Amino acid sequence: MAIIETAQLRKIFKTRYSVVEAVRGVDMRVDEGEIFGFLGPNGAGKTTMLRMLTTLLPPSSGQARVAGCDVQREPARVRERIGYVSQSGGVDNNATGRENLLLQARLYRIDKPAIRAAELLAALELEACADRIAHTYSGGQRRRLDVALGMVHRPRLLFLDEPTTGLDPQSRAWLWNEVRSLRAAGTTIFLTTHYLEEADALCDRLAIIDGGRIVAEGTPTALKRSVAHDVITFGLDVYNDTLQRAQDLLRGQPFVHELHASKDELRLYVSQGNTTLPVIMQLCANAGISINSIALAHPTLDDVFLRLTGHSLRDEGPEEHKAAGYDWKAKATGSKKKAGAR
Amino acid sequence: MKVLRDTYLLFLRSVKATWRSPAWVMIGIFQPICYMLLYAPLFNRLTRVPGFPPGNAFQVFTPGVLVMLGLFSATFVGYDLIFELRAGVIERLRVTPVSRMALLLGPVLRDVVNLLAQSLALVLVAWLLGLRASPVGVLLAFGLQFLMGLLMASCSYGLALAIKDVNAMASIIQTFILPVLLLSGIILPMELAPPVIHYIADANPFFYAVEAARALFHGAIGDAAVWHGFAIMALMALLAIFWAARSFRHTT
Repeated sequence: MAIIETAQLRKIFKTRYSVVEAVRGVDMRVDEGEIFGFLGPNGAGKTTMLRMLTTLLPPSSGQARVAGCDVQREPARVRERIGYVSQSGGVDNNATGRENLLLQARLYRIDKPAIRAAELLAALELEACADRIAHTYSGGQRRRLDVALGMVHRPRLLFLDEPTTGLDPQSRAWLWNEVRSLRAAGTTIFLTTHYLEEADALCDRLAIIDGGRIVAEGTPTALKRSVAHDVITFGLDVYNDTLQRAQDLLRGQPFVHELHASKDELRLYVSQGNTTLPVIMQLCANAGISINSIALAHPTLDDVFLRLTGHSLRDEGPEEHKAAGYDWKAKATGSKKKAGAR
Repeated sequence: MKVLRDTYLLFLRSVKATWRSPAWVMIGIFQPICYMLLYAPLFNRLTRVPGFPPGNAFQVFTPGVLVMLGLFSATFVGYDLIFELRAGVIERLRVTPVSRMALLLGPVLRDVVNLLAQSLALVLVAWLLGLRASPVGVLLAFGLQFLMGLLMASCSYGLALAIKDVNAMASIIQTFILPVLLLSGIILPMELAPPVIHYIADANPFFYAVEAARALFHGAIGDAAVWHGFAIMALMALLAIFWAARSFRHTT
């Protein structure tokens, strides 16, 4: 049964100077009881999508049904059934962990809120710091409290927005376990992440969003199989025309399915990496092309992403980030430091 | 009822937060008390100037400072909201079924309680300095203060949701509050102003609040200025509450 279903969901942001179509007609389906991963680079529309599904943002057009209710017509009923842990968490720093949980439980009209709060504090190993003000919490403790706040009312569907970003390995492992045991107890988990290993290890199914559109949807295995090929990456000399010559030489070979060249790298998608690698090396040697490094890999989600979108999920987005403004800021803080030293 | 219960829960949350750093409430009253101690005594001889409202210096000056407290006490509460927006607290609450009106009214009522406590302290100081005023009038002036607290706190939260930037908010408030203060007759009564400024002051809602508070302290409870002040403050408070609650519903 579908717990999330969207049809041509769209969000357009209008400012005085520009119109940005953040989500461009998304059709998506998440089934009850699965861990669903939602992947995409920064600015792809991940958070906008999440905010529409959690009733925080009204869609510009299209429909979305979440936990059996329409997000626009029955937002109140959607809110009763979902839990949401945002990227920034949302812990009230001026209250203790217990007070945070008690308020959340009372807002959801839970019977015996004190018992539920104590239960969660125990389950998430927060008893030791339960009655301390939250701004004294460590990163890991705060994240556990974030998750506890989202689970207070035992929602059927829990949204986690980049839950492991900035977490230490131990807390991350804890969170993965927690997500798995929630799923085992029947909760559907919808999580966004930009860690591909995480999506691969944790998710039953995932969707990749890029430029406001879903570019792929399926199980991690199926998505990786869609790439279907091993990846050989060559590091080549950036000088001369080595890269061009290597491309010309290899593009025509029957076992090369696809070929991507970047600055000093050549990525080949081949069916049998183990056996084709020696052949390619021989070819290059014969043509006098010197190879600096070789890597052979079985496809990862990053390869899926690269193939579908033409850029890596790890890439630092568009060039704007490195524009003059950024340098200026760096300088400003530099001079501040100097002033402080004096 | 859902709104009342949610308001009560969020009011308690805000009160607790204030209780953990009560210094701010004390600091908020420092400036008005400075006015009472250091400025009001200058007033004594002015009471003989033609056009000066009836009553002694403290009778005229205390209600003015009371309104000034109303203007300033809750004006900057929106800063807290901006920090909570950044920490994701408001977003977390907006995903729960909590009433949007309660998200506003919980903290607003806390701010009103702060304001009333500060006002009480102020009136006590004034009384020690020699204020003699009609007890019923002073009580009613606290009602006016209640409305003003609703108005200013709601405006501050509404502004915070609209701007979401502490620096920009500070400049906007500073720009507006000084002319509002000068044109309300708090520091000197508007009766002394030349006609042009008097006309501009007529458009300032806080001018009516000051006039009402002065009449009340003087014991002229039936004066038209009293119900004018109440009506204008109540209307403005209602508008501000609906505007700010709407912002809580639609904020992104």
